[in-house]
Amino acid sequence: MPTMTMIEAIRDAHDVMMARDDNVVVFGEDVGYFGGVFRCTRGLQQKYGRNRCFDTPINESGIVGTAIGMAAYGLRPCVEIQFADYMYPAYDQLVSEAARIRHRSANDFSAPITVRMPTGGGIFGAQTHSQSPEALFTHVSGLKTVVPSNPYDAKGLLIAAIETDDPVIFLEPKRLYNGPFDGHHERPVVPWAKHPLSEVPEGYYTVPLGSASVRRPGAALTVLAYGTMVYVAEAAAAETGIDAEIIDLRTLLPLDTDTIVASVEKTRRCVIVHEATRTSGFGAELSATVQELCFYHLEAPIIRVTGWDTPYPHAQEWAYFPGPQRVGEAFKRVMEA
Amino acid sequence: MSDHPRLSLRVPEPEFRPGTKPDFSGVNIPRAGSVRRPPVDTAPEEIRDLAYSIIRVLNRDGEAVGPWADSLSGDALQVGLKTMMKVRAYDTRMQMAQRQGKTSFYMQCTGEEAIACAFQTALEPGDMNFPTYRQQGLLIASGYPLVDMMCQIYSNSRDPMKGRQLPVMYSSKAHGFFSISGNLGTQYPQAVGWAMASAIKGDTRVAAGWIGDGSTAESDFHSALVFASTYKAPVILNIVNNQWAISTFQGIARGGSGTFAARGHGFGIPALRVDGNDYLAVYAVAKWAIERARSNLGPTLVEYVTYRAAAHSTSDDPSAYRPKEESEAWPLGDPIERLKNHLIVRKLWSEERHTQALAEVEAEVIAAQKEAESYGTLHSGPKASGRDMFVDVFKDMPPHLRRQRQEAGY
Repeated sequence: MPTMTMIEAIRDAHDVMMARDDNVVVFGEDVGYFGGVFRCTRGLQQKYGRNRCFDTPINESGIVGTAIGMAAYGLRPCVEIQFADYMYPAYDQLVSEAARIRHRSANDFSAPITVRMPTGGGIFGAQTHSQSPEALFTHVSGLKTVVPSNPYDAKGLLIAAIETDDPVIFLEPKRLYNGPFDGHHERPVVPWAKHPLSEVPEGYYTVPLGSASVRRPGAALTVLAYGTMVYVAEAAAAETGIDAEIIDLRTLLPLDTDTIVASVEKTRRCVIVHEATRTSGFGAELSATVQELCFYHLEAPIIRVTGWDTPYPHAQEWAYFPGPQRVGEAFKRVMEA
Repeated sequence: MSDHPRLSLRVPEPEFRPGTKPDFSGVNIPRAGSVRRPPVDTAPEEIRDLAYSIIRVLNRDGEAVGPWADSLSGDALQVGLKTMMKVRAYDTRMQMAQRQGKTSFYMQCTGEEAIACAFQTALEPGDMNFPTYRQQGLLIASGYPLVDMMCQIYSNSRDPMKGRQLPVMYSSKAHGFFSISGNLGTQYPQAVGWAMASAIKGDTRVAAGWIGDGSTAESDFHSALVFASTYKAPVILNIVNNQWAISTFQGIARGGSGTFAARGHGFGIPALRVDGNDYLAVYAVAKWAIERARSNLGPTLVEYVTYRAAAHSTSDDPSAYRPKEESEAWPLGDPIERLKNHLIVRKLWSEERHTQALAEVEAEVIAAQKEAESYGTLHSGPKASGRDMFVDVFKDMPPHLRRQRQEAGY
């Protein structure tokens, strides 16, 4: 089976869907001729023509707004916002429009669009190229939110997202584009080819939205993570020797509570890890959910390990990033409780 | 399907891509000196033609000609030339420092030096720029210390931004330079707001907004123009059209409009289009627009026609999307060479003085770099502190941040 980087897997998902469905169109800033600044749409314009893959003016509300209009016509746009940090001008179109069109029109119209955007830090991108705004989407009724952590899932989830009849926010952890990253920034980059989840089947397959994956079975505690933090949690488990069960949520909304509850009822302890700022982050939602569904099984308070409540800094990137040491300390604390 | 002819989508494409030979001989470049200079109080509808032409002063022989040619002394022009040379030397050293791993990122303004350097010269102390990431020339022309700029690039222990911001995201209120954002176009309505405040308070200071050709597509560009138009704000709205927004050519943002400058006329804002590689023309146009603003006549939109001779940033490789020879073929030449030739023609400069000046600016930049590096670079030596990450989120640190700072070990 061929191995792919996350970039190649995402490119391949576009290719598969553009070949299967003439209604799939792909556009965004630098997405056409050049193939995107991270090269996730490389070659698509050359293969499918400028009618189906094209560059847009630098206007994010225009990108999302026209995607909604195309979807109303019957197309299935999959658009790129160059960085999640550039999403804010499109927020009105996402929140007030895409998320609510089905509901407000009593199912007369809908917005089956996929909005892809690179998310997260670890690349010295500072405050305008590092943010993790997932909670800004999960808080909105009507948007589905997906965060893949590896090439296999990225392709399967993106195909599933494009086929979804509702708007999907597809957040791509940019630090994972070229290899898994466990937070040990001082070590050489590990290429995807050495990781089993870089084996990506050719052609069409899906990873359904709303299903989490147990990435490391364990008995001592449950870790709820997604994106880059899955690898950080794996490193923390290896380094502390604590038998953590690591769940890669993959889809934040709809959330796979069955997998979460089964794990926490087994381990009776829970650590939540995300890179985004803590206050009102998605970890708060996860913590509340575990408390509501598993309270009588818990033997320790739930702990969150997150980015600090500050803008994402440049020089202090690794002081901000929740790395394996901070996550490992949380493991120990939750075991001692 | 009905009997109507079938519709089709137009997606603009640049004339030249890698593998084709760039040829700009068909581009209409007005002769230097051929564009009229209207009084600053002219009604916008009477100068619509200026939004479609190019104001130029320096001709092919290096002479300054025409109605826009009168404005600067020989001494001032020598200073202008040396400032542009300093900007280029600074860019070269910082680009190299990034390649050497001393910082994460850098952005040069190669080929665009005349725009910021000449514009800054036309402003007065107290005026405020709202720049993009490619206006380092404003800071250097205003006398901001190179060492401080470099400390920002290195995110080191003397970084005025305390290690928080991406390299080139400077800020200096004292030098009339508003804090740079990595998000595009956001500064444009802010410039209008600053100018409105100056008018509200009966002040005499004016503001200048800066934006690139690509970012004029952002909604914030249009927000700025409508507010500037409604309130006749004392603001100069500058568009630096350097032809390329990363891989996207200017035609994607310009669309069916003849020029970027012409966008002003939809809002009743007078608009000028100027040769951005002509230091004298940039200065004269800047002076005209600033005088208009200062005379309470309202905003001016100015499009500087130039070319981004280098990559968008250290993360970009332009050979993937435009011919390598395009920069050389670009018909408006190099701003430093053109001003140098002008001064030589006027016998105010010589090849020897140029070589000497080059050595001087390089020595100045190298000395500044040595000092800046003694305060650390991104990956070695003294650093901006992790403690600083928690400062300035709010004026007073709320308890939850105090707790987090403690948890982080600072």
